[in-house]
Amino acid sequence: MTDALRIDGVTKSYGDTPAVCDLDLSMPQGEILALIGPSGCGKSTLLRLIAGLERPDSGAVTVGGRVVAGPSWVPPEQRRVGLVFQEHALFPHLRVGDNIRFGLADRPRAEQDARVREVLDLVHLSHVADRYPHELSGGEQQRVALARALAPRPAVVLMDEPFSSLDESLRARVRADTVDVLRATGTTAVLVTHDQTEALAVGDRVGVMREGVIEQLGTPVEVFERPVSRFVASFMGDADFLPASLVEEGLACELGLVTVRRDTAQAEIVLRPHEVSLKLPGPGVHGAPAVVTHVEYHGAFVLHTVRLASGRTVRSWQPHSVRYPVGTEVLVSIVLGIIPSVLVGERTLGASPATSPPTPAAAG
Amino acid sequence: MPRTARVLTAGLVATATVLPLAGCGVLGIGGSTADLQIYSARHYDLEGAFKDFQDETGISVEFISGNDAELLQRIKAEGTDGEADVYMTVDAGNLWNAGKEGVLRPLDSTTLTEAVPADLRDSGNQWYGLAMRARTTMYNPDAVKPTDFDATNTYAGLTDPKWKDRLCMRDSTSAYTQSLVASLIDLDGRDQALATVKGWVANGVDIKSNDVELLKAIDAGQCDVGITNHYYLARELEKKADLKVKPFWASQSGAGTHVNISGAGVVRSSDNPAQAQQLIEWLATKGQSAFVDGNHEYPVNESVKPEPVIAGFGEFTRMPLSAEAYGSQNAEAVKVLSEAGYK
Amino acid sequence: MSTWPSTRSSTRARFVGTGRPWWSATVVVIALVVSVPVLSVLAAAVASVGSPAWPGDLGEMLLTTVLLLAGVGVGTALLGVGLAWLVTAYDFPGRRAFSWLLVLPLAMPAYVLGFLFLSTFGAAGGPARASRDVFGGSAFVELLAGRLGAPVVLSLTLYPYVFLLSRAAFRGQGQATWDAARMLGATPWRAFRQVLLPLARPALAGGLAVVMMETLTDFATVQYFGVRTVSVGVYLTWKGSFDFASAAQLSVLVLVFAVMVLAGERILRGGARYDSRGGGQRPPAAPHVLTGASRWWAFAAAASVLAAGFLLPVVQLLWWAVSATLADSSSLSTGRFATNLTNSAVMAALAAVACVGLALLVTHGVRVTGGRLARGAAQLTTFGYAVPGAVIGIGVLVSFAAVDGWLEALGVPGGTGLVVTGSVLGILASYVVRFLAPAYQAVDASFATISASVTNSAFSLGASPMRVLRRVHLPLSRSGIAVALVLVAVDAVKELPLVLLLRPFGFTTLSVWVYELANENFWEQAALPALLIVALAIVPVWFLVRQVRLAEPHQQVTS
Repeated sequence: MTDALRIDGVTKSYGDTPAVCDLDLSMPQGEILALIGPSGCGKSTLLRLIAGLERPDSGAVTVGGRVVAGPSWVPPEQRRVGLVFQEHALFPHLRVGDNIRFGLADRPRAEQDARVREVLDLVHLSHVADRYPHELSGGEQQRVALARALAPRPAVVLMDEPFSSLDESLRARVRADTVDVLRATGTTAVLVTHDQTEALAVGDRVGVMREGVIEQLGTPVEVFERPVSRFVASFMGDADFLPASLVEEGLACELGLVTVRRDTAQAEIVLRPHEVSLKLPGPGVHGAPAVVTHVEYHGAFVLHTVRLASGRTVRSWQPHSVRYPVGTEVLVSIVLGIIPSVLVGERTLGASPATSPPTPAAAG
Repeated sequence: MPRTARVLTAGLVATATVLPLAGCGVLGIGGSTADLQIYSARHYDLEGAFKDFQDETGISVEFISGNDAELLQRIKAEGTDGEADVYMTVDAGNLWNAGKEGVLRPLDSTTLTEAVPADLRDSGNQWYGLAMRARTTMYNPDAVKPTDFDATNTYAGLTDPKWKDRLCMRDSTSAYTQSLVASLIDLDGRDQALATVKGWVANGVDIKSNDVELLKAIDAGQCDVGITNHYYLARELEKKADLKVKPFWASQSGAGTHVNISGAGVVRSSDNPAQAQQLIEWLATKGQSAFVDGNHEYPVNESVKPEPVIAGFGEFTRMPLSAEAYGSQNAEAVKVLSEAGYK
Repeated sequence: MSTWPSTRSSTRARFVGTGRPWWSATVVVIALVVSVPVLSVLAAAVASVGSPAWPGDLGEMLLTTVLLLAGVGVGTALLGVGLAWLVTAYDFPGRRAFSWLLVLPLAMPAYVLGFLFLSTFGAAGGPARASRDVFGGSAFVELLAGRLGAPVVLSLTLYPYVFLLSRAAFRGQGQATWDAARMLGATPWRAFRQVLLPLARPALAGGLAVVMMETLTDFATVQYFGVRTVSVGVYLTWKGSFDFASAAQLSVLVLVFAVMVLAGERILRGGARYDSRGGGQRPPAAPHVLTGASRWWAFAAAASVLAAGFLLPVVQLLWWAVSATLADSSSLSTGRFATNLTNSAVMAALAAVACVGLALLVTHGVRVTGGRLARGAAQLTTFGYAVPGAVIGIGVLVSFAAVDGWLEALGVPGGTGLVVTGSVLGILASYVVRFLAPAYQAVDASFATISASVTNSAFSLGASPMRVLRRVHLPLSRSGIAVALVLVAVDAVKELPLVLLLRPFGFTTLSVWVYELANENFWEQAALPALLIVALAIVPVWFLVRQVRLAEPHQQVTS
């Protein structure tokens, strides 16, 4: 089976600043890839390169088995790549139906009508076909934009922060709907986001970009639980770092023994708040003594920040029923069964220096 | 993608080609079909004279008016493609310059040599003066007596302190001012001319941007004395007989009153030089009155009488005209004017 | 936030953009063709560095030019912004009518208002006589006929550019921000200075740039009032010294001024963007209802500007026209009126369509290629607006003559022949050279409100550049296109030096006719054709007003 999208050694610089460096990527049919990274990491440039809005300095882009950039050049309008923008970019002078019809110009009229109905049904908006974009809510506009992009059956759909212009309350709902539609149509999609929750929730795979390269590419579980570097660890969710040193049994940090590995003398361990347990001192309770310094109520969970004897702080999620006042003395330990990642310098011990190999798509 | 852009470019080219044709259709223009084409920098109503010529000879004439310098550039740029047969302009300096630029062809015409006084035509027979205007002092009789003027050099006499804050003159962009100063440079030398202009400025000369405005200012008593072309006075008198302005013929005991000419020559690239010459000859002889009277100008042909209104201004002696001086000294005149602080 | 970098890219790509060579080429070809006449003038300027015959008081001319620009700038800014605010924020008798009537002075050529001014405030005019009779002469009235006349006349005829743009800027958001500022305790003056002026800044910058260009290249009006700008210097040198090359050098100086004006516009415009992405629009707030004497002050302010810039001049022209016709009614029957009117109207229409068509191609080309090459080329097209008209005319003549020469050298019999001056093509070409700039600016401003993602979406949906132009860019920039058509048409109706120089035999427009008569001070006879110019120019101005009114209820059309 040919990949829906292949990127081979693509490089793109703006002046002396490299935006994308010798990047490789391939996506099987039907996969949803979430690209995440701080601003300026090159994720939007990568999207522009795939769409044909930029030319790569070197390397090749292949869409649906056809080379569109590299040895040959195919302009954006002939690439069969759909685009969905943050601001939706609907044509304000065209009705919803005509917006969608825009990409179907070369088909017979009857087929156009059928397809417009079909994609509007898909996004549950059949009733707005005759309205103008400004008459729709933000969420509806976003769904029309998706329907419009899907209508010509593109090989790949590219979405540039498609949900970030929506209200928080609306966002999760629209996001879920969007994923449903993408799955239902078996669409291959690249979604650029700066929201790690979104990346983890939507992507079959998540690519974490930094300075023009994909630092880690893997399933959401992999990038969250087995980050390959300090950057990925801290970017994909909250993380605290504690120094660890070699003891007899293995590596230990202030909270106790971490692993039996003995292959490094100096390291840091990565602790996510859900991996840190807090208990009130009492008989049979073990852990490192600490004092609660800060409490944040998040609804279902309560985030506690505690200061260890060394002066370092770590954070811990507690269920909403547990709420220690500031100043409470607690005992801190690592949640049972968790094996934290170990950092040597900037990289995780045991992780290959390159990205993890692509895994087959989970969806179909 | 290239296809569409190519179609577009083709469309543009097609439009560019069709437009002039369409334009011609809409606007009813083709090339000129008349026998003679004239580029004229005279803005007065020339139609009467040309119509008379056409009726008399059967030669049809068409003209466009414009600014002298631009028309000259146009003749030069059009080169041999040009339609112009005759270049007609105001100011001897312009005629001299046209001759110098080589756009005119010398004529061999005894009619013209006899009709036009020697100083009013080109020594190389490239152009001929056809109408003459005098630029002289005008005064408000309520405020000034003719004897107040210096009869020898009236223009320079206006530097006398007795004229302080009583003078009105034209601006330095005017060709009239420039050629007057050019003639003063030729006559009195640059230093004296500069002193004269400086004297005017020292007398607080009030600068007007046109001659009619200037005459109205004298009439209204805003200034007592000014220098204008004679025909503007004639024209204003026709509108308002009791205008309180009288002409004083300048420098009658000296070099005479400053005059300038309108004239014409046959364009070198003319495809009809014989009839073009015929037109100029006619304008200098039989057509003199038709050509000059409408604008109250003086005929150059001494055997033709001026029309009654200006005949009423009386006879005067004119300063001999040196087209070469007017032309070659014009740039110097502009410099003198700005050096003296004359606006 | 994720904004795609669209202006930075690697050297080659930055230069040519995303590689639509045909579109880059289209833009470059248009730019080159349009700038050839300007370049040929530059060439003439460079060719003779030998002995320039510049006027001796060039320094003073430069100073005069700066002062005049400053005067007209302040005048048009005060009138334009002030009146725009007045009709937007306050309700007073006649407000609705004034909001479009105040655009009418745009139809009055400055050279016509100039000679009307002179005849009114000049020595023989009523005010001068009255002031002499009463006070023994008034310095102010004399000043109006002199130095002060030029900035006053130019301000009165040019302020509508600023007025139109400022009004659009104030509508929708002016009232709300003003109220907010006042609620925060700002005095009206402080609110105006710190809130409204910044709000009007881009509009002010755009409008002032047009005003400055017009002022810079004006010859007729400033010459009436004896104000010696560099443009006057150009003519003085050209005619006084018979030296076109030196005149061309001075034209370059005018061009330098223009470049400074454009740079000033960039600075004045600051970081403000027209691109109103996403932002929801507020409905225009209800104007503040004035009561008591203040409503009549407001009325008087608007009415006096309208009277000075339009009504009184029209009445004076009518008066002259009637008396001239009574004196000699034969002039009415000559049929010249119909011909000259048609000529003016058809030329204006052709020029408007040609300029806007090209402006659209250029703007679209820049958008779809995104390269510096296209953008730089587009900038070139604006220079024609910054050189005095007659100089451009010579440039067109010389360039056509050169093309003609090449064609003949290539063996085309007769070359282009008299295609330049033998037809209206020459005039049309020179109009395009001169008026592409305002057309481009209007269309470009309109394109700026179409966000890049709309364009990119259209491409991703498989639309060719032509289809994107037709289906997306064209409908979305309609308002800008309408404004561009109107601006060019009005300018073309009033235009004088180009048509005077390039017209074929038997071709006279209204403006040429007025010029021929006014040049010899036959003002009464000139009144009727001058009125026709005003009447003809009102037609596009009327369309503009309608367009603006239609656009106002739902002003912008971004996503």
